[in-house]
Amino acid sequence: MRVTQGTFSFLPDFTDDEIKLQLEYALQNKWALAVEFTDDPHPRNSYWDMWDLPMFDIGDASAAFMEVKKCREAYPNHYVKVTAYDPSPNRATTAFDLIVNRPAEEPGFQLERTEVHDRKMNYTVRSYAADKPHGERYQTNGK
Amino acid sequence: MSDDDTPDETPKRGFGLRNAGGSSEKAGGDADEKKTEEEPLLSDDDTVDVGQEEASVHTHEVLDRLEKELVGLEPVKARIREIGDLLLVDRLRRKFGIESTRPSLHMSFTGSPGTGKTTVALRMAELLHRLGYLRKGHLVAVTRDDLVGQYIGHTAPKTKEVMKRAMGGVLFIDEAYYLYRQENERDYGQETIEILLQMMEAERENVVVILAGYKDRMDTFFQSNPGMGSRIAHHIHFPDYSLDELVAIGDLMMAEQQYELSPDAQVAFREYLERRMVQPRFANARSVRNALERARLRQASRIVSDPSRKLTKSDLMRIEAEDILQSRVFTDDSPEDAVSAADAGDEAVADDAGANGQPPPARSEDAKAP
Repeated sequence: MRVTQGTFSFLPDFTDDEIKLQLEYALQNKWALAVEFTDDPHPRNSYWDMWDLPMFDIGDASAAFMEVKKCREAYPNHYVKVTAYDPSPNRATTAFDLIVNRPAEEPGFQLERTEVHDRKMNYTVRSYAADKPHGERYQTNGK
Repeated sequence: MSDDDTPDETPKRGFGLRNAGGSSEKAGGDADEKKTEEEPLLSDDDTVDVGQEEASVHTHEVLDRLEKELVGLEPVKARIREIGDLLLVDRLRRKFGIESTRPSLHMSFTGSPGTGKTTVALRMAELLHRLGYLRKGHLVAVTRDDLVGQYIGHTAPKTKEVMKRAMGGVLFIDEAYYLYRQENERDYGQETIEILLQMMEAERENVVVILAGYKDRMDTFFQSNPGMGSRIAHHIHFPDYSLDELVAIGDLMMAEQQYELSPDAQVAFREYLERRMVQPRFANARSVRNALERARLRQASRIVSDPSRKLTKSDLMRIEAEDILQSRVFTDDSPEDAVSAADAGDEAVADDAGANGQPPPARSEDAKAP
């Protein structure tokens, strides 16, 4: 099951050139870019690991894309996203989140039902991949 | 629902879904707009017009400005024109679908202080931007301090940070030979050189590195770092200016600041330059600038010293011979003695003070990296 979170995640995956255009758009708006990665893409997991430092004063999208490439190389089977931070007053928050890399196989999430008092149901989602310890998730069978 | 409801308000920056959606749409639209249609390749029989192509990228504007703003420097201008021509021909070749690898554009500028290395680098960035080889065409000028860290593990991120800032434009490393210190093998400058080398190779599509410095020291630098020398395709030497060229530079500077030299002052200025050129620490155009700055000071005090005089516009613009002849370069008869004399030192100090980002040759304090 394809994980959809962040900007444009319902569209087909972007090509590298399209990603660069998005990064360029962020820079035009003076948003700071940062690259993050995780192997635990639970919808409520807001805190992904940071790749290198956030880039506050780069002039061109190629610099940010260079970091994207490096992060992909280091973590080919992780989710990698670029976040654009808008520092303008009254906003000061993430302007977009763009997933730029995803594992080859995405097993998806299980919906867990727990029956509690008075026959009420509590629901939660759990990633199949999260069964394995951190670092071993999303490995393809060949590895 | 739509923005029409509140036409007078500035559009809200979106936390909300509606506005956030709006801005994402814009992002998408922007992407579509920018994705240019692949131009169909020309067939073998088609012809292209060099002049038309040149006009479409406006390179001649940059070259003309280079010609107008910079006096002399013929070999440099010729070389830059060659590079411009090569890149233009490459553009034409691509129209026919002829594969040509992107030429290496890293350069080294060598020459005495004040010969216009930084100015040319600035024009180079603009030229490469017009030709489509650099997306932004900005110039990031750095020295050793900006690249080399202070403790273990500090250098690599620092260098990369600077490199990232320069991507899409030109990284101009002034006094590049300071990066390598022969006397200290554990100096962090070596690490900077390694990272620079690696990124010059890997990111040569995105950044052009220009190393600048004095000729002899840069030669030693390249000798001790052969990898660096071989990765730089264009070694451009900036010759010292001749007397006539220096006079022309002075005229240009005066015209820029709306001053003029009286005929006597022109003669005096020429003589001043003749004397100043043989003195030590002569910094070409920079010394000319400083001399003229001091002439302006003297002109001002001359005018102020006679309050009763009625002044015309040209009085305020003109620099007289006496403003120049008061210079200490003239008071000392033998230029050889001026070397040790305090007044020559004074001139030299003034030069250094005006030398923006050009430290005096001896900079041993920070040589003591662990």
